[in-house]
Amino acid sequence: MDVVMLSRIQFAATTIFHFFFVPLSIGLAFLIAIMETMYVVKGKEEYKNMAKFWGKLFLINFAIGVVTGILQEFQFGMNWSAYSRFVGDVFGAPLAVEALLAFFLESTFLGLWIFGWERLSKKVHLLCIWLVSIGTVFSAFWILVANSFMQRPVGFTMNNGRAEMNDFLALITNGQLLLEFPHTILAAFMTGAFLVTGVSAYKLLKKQDVQFFKKSFIIAIIIGMVSSIGVALVGHQQAQYLVKTQPMKMAATEALWENSGDPAAWTVTAFIDTKNQKNTGEFQIPYMLSFLSYSKFSGEVKGMKELQAQYEQEYGPGNYIPPVRTTFWSFRVMVASGSLLILFSLYGVYLAARKKLENRNKWFMRLMVFSIALPEIANASGWIMTEIGRQPWTVFGLMTTADGVSPSVTAGQVLFSIIAFVSIYAILAVVMVYLFIRVIKKGPFEVVKEEVSSDPFDKEGYRHAIS
Amino acid sequence: MLSLNELWFVLVAVLFVGFFFLEGFDFGVGMSTGILAKTDMERRVLINSIGPFWDGNEVWLLTAGGAMFAAFPNWYATLFSGFYTPLVLLLLALIGRGVAFEYRGKVEKEAWRKTWDVVIFIGSLIPPLLLGVVFADLIKGLPIDQAMEMKASFFGDIVNFYSVVGGLTMVVLCLVHGLLFTTLRVTGDLQERARRMARMLMVPLAVLVVAFFVLTYFNTEIFNVRGGILTAVIALLVIAFALAAVFSGKKRDGWAFGMTGAVIVLTIASFFIGLFPNVMISSIDTAFNLTVTNAASGHYSLKVMTIVALSLLPFVLGYQIWSYFVFHKRVHEKGHLEY
Repeated sequence: MDVVMLSRIQFAATTIFHFFFVPLSIGLAFLIAIMETMYVVKGKEEYKNMAKFWGKLFLINFAIGVVTGILQEFQFGMNWSAYSRFVGDVFGAPLAVEALLAFFLESTFLGLWIFGWERLSKKVHLLCIWLVSIGTVFSAFWILVANSFMQRPVGFTMNNGRAEMNDFLALITNGQLLLEFPHTILAAFMTGAFLVTGVSAYKLLKKQDVQFFKKSFIIAIIIGMVSSIGVALVGHQQAQYLVKTQPMKMAATEALWENSGDPAAWTVTAFIDTKNQKNTGEFQIPYMLSFLSYSKFSGEVKGMKELQAQYEQEYGPGNYIPPVRTTFWSFRVMVASGSLLILFSLYGVYLAARKKLENRNKWFMRLMVFSIALPEIANASGWIMTEIGRQPWTVFGLMTTADGVSPSVTAGQVLFSIIAFVSIYAILAVVMVYLFIRVIKKGPFEVVKEEVSSDPFDKEGYRHAIS
Repeated sequence: MLSLNELWFVLVAVLFVGFFFLEGFDFGVGMSTGILAKTDMERRVLINSIGPFWDGNEVWLLTAGGAMFAAFPNWYATLFSGFYTPLVLLLLALIGRGVAFEYRGKVEKEAWRKTWDVVIFIGSLIPPLLLGVVFADLIKGLPIDQAMEMKASFFGDIVNFYSVVGGLTMVVLCLVHGLLFTTLRVTGDLQERARRMARMLMVPLAVLVVAFFVLTYFNTEIFNVRGGILTAVIALLVIAFALAAVFSGKKRDGWAFGMTGAVIVLTIASFFIGLFPNVMISSIDTAFNLTVTNAASGHYSLKVMTIVALSLLPFVLGYQIWSYFVFHKRVHEKGHLEY
């Protein structure tokens, strides 16, 4: 394999792995901030215990998100130096702002939050978790500023063969960003929410700490419902934006070789023959693609063959069709997972509203446990669709992925790093799941007790002894 | 008046100086868990002494990287791709270390803790070693061609006698700095031993520092270019070092720590002073040097970044200092230990 392919594998592996943890961190920080707010407002210890218990899971997860994030920043220079030279002027700025505005905020106030329960007043301590939560959201915003530029380059001018920024405001009001950011953030809230509902459902099935987990379940399922519906609504807007700005990605997402005709039918499933550029066994819903693309039941969508001819004229000879099967299926996996989550959360809210969580619906609760994985699947496939669907471009219309790779790095070096990182990731994943299960099994009260010093004369130990 | 390019060179330098000053001591504390602490409790105390800070300290490195990317994309691209293998090792160390701090206290099993302790020790030792090597290489010069590509061999160009001495110097410097930080954060026997070990290490550290600067004189051009100011910096460095030894002997721990901090600040500053106006030196032809001009972003980009950085930095510094103030109390076994 050549350096380009290996570097792509490296990027995909590290980015997907990193993105298993990031949305969970964003979502959990937000949920914990809400729980601690309830503690401060209502003054009930159980909300404090909630913040602490879910905080344990948050910290286990956050640690991996942080350490794999360092690699994310470094690998642009390490593996994609030509790309970094070409767009550094534009692309570097949001990354630097992310570090300055978000990373410092998150890390400092997280330190204060973890170690500050006894040192800070209730309100200041609450402020800390909110600042952590805001930090995680800022972080996502700035990284998506950078990513949106790759999807739809704006605010730059070409100078001496490289992109130079000439309008910062255009970068942070990029139409792509205004949809990508809410879509990603809501997905992150959804990810956190379904972890909490899933774990709560598991504990409710086991009849352990019922009151505690019922309350957690209710808080999370409401956030899960709002965010999962929000994700879908924004996602719909995003698809329409895609038809305008990256029509090839949209056509690949629909495996649409020829122009669709008017009105356009939506292909639910198909066998895709990329060699002969056609599909067989298509199962289609009439009018649906027109609706997805234009929110009305008419309108034609351009196919890949025509777009290919168009791009050849514009950018010169080459293959401008992304890997169709990957794009097609990742989109469907994302939409299916998202739709299931909406249904689950609606039913969950219904149960909670009718106070039917007591005589729990066993099969539904089991489904909720398994649905912990669904947001992660949706997140990963969403990114695969976005990034693979942009190929062969790394910056749409400006630079191809093959041109962005580091000329001075050898295939051997990249292979070595893939092996090193993937093995350490595998270990981390196992360790993290092990720790998650441990904390969950112990439950909130063991976890809180564990923290207390064993010394009876210590302030905390004493309080524990009399309580 | 500084040009924007020069200002950003100074900012990148300041970020690296800040990083080595701050993370320098938590690297040192990380290493001392392996050689100073005798019991599990002592290791916990040591780790807790940097618990609330190490993550924030590491962000200085990330910000330095981000600032390089934004202000000097060519510097970032050449450096990061050229030092591919050392950076992979650095990342592995930082990944392991960060997770280890968070995970070691999560399971009450001896084998579990011991494993993470090893990771903390190695993960705290490798980064200063590698960064010392990389910085030494930077001022020595590397095979950078006309296209700004650096094609360096791992043994020879990157790892050589000079750079290894640079790396070892950085390791011992961080260790002493960390031990002195420990004297400020703990009490009793552990504090006493930390002080003693720091004092003991000052002799080998002095030897390494002297060797490093002598080798720098023979291996690099930086004294030819900026001999006057570098001599002044080194004079200050010698004074700071001597004062560190004196203060530590008198148990004036805060002052001693401040002085090793000054040694780190002056050492890193001397790198950047020697480098300027280059950011990377080509050993093939000085015409291929990367400079603050040819490696930089455009004027508009630098202007935007300057406004952003200058308006955010006061807040960042403010709350970081506040967090040190919140946790100014010493860590001891009777207190709340998180890890």
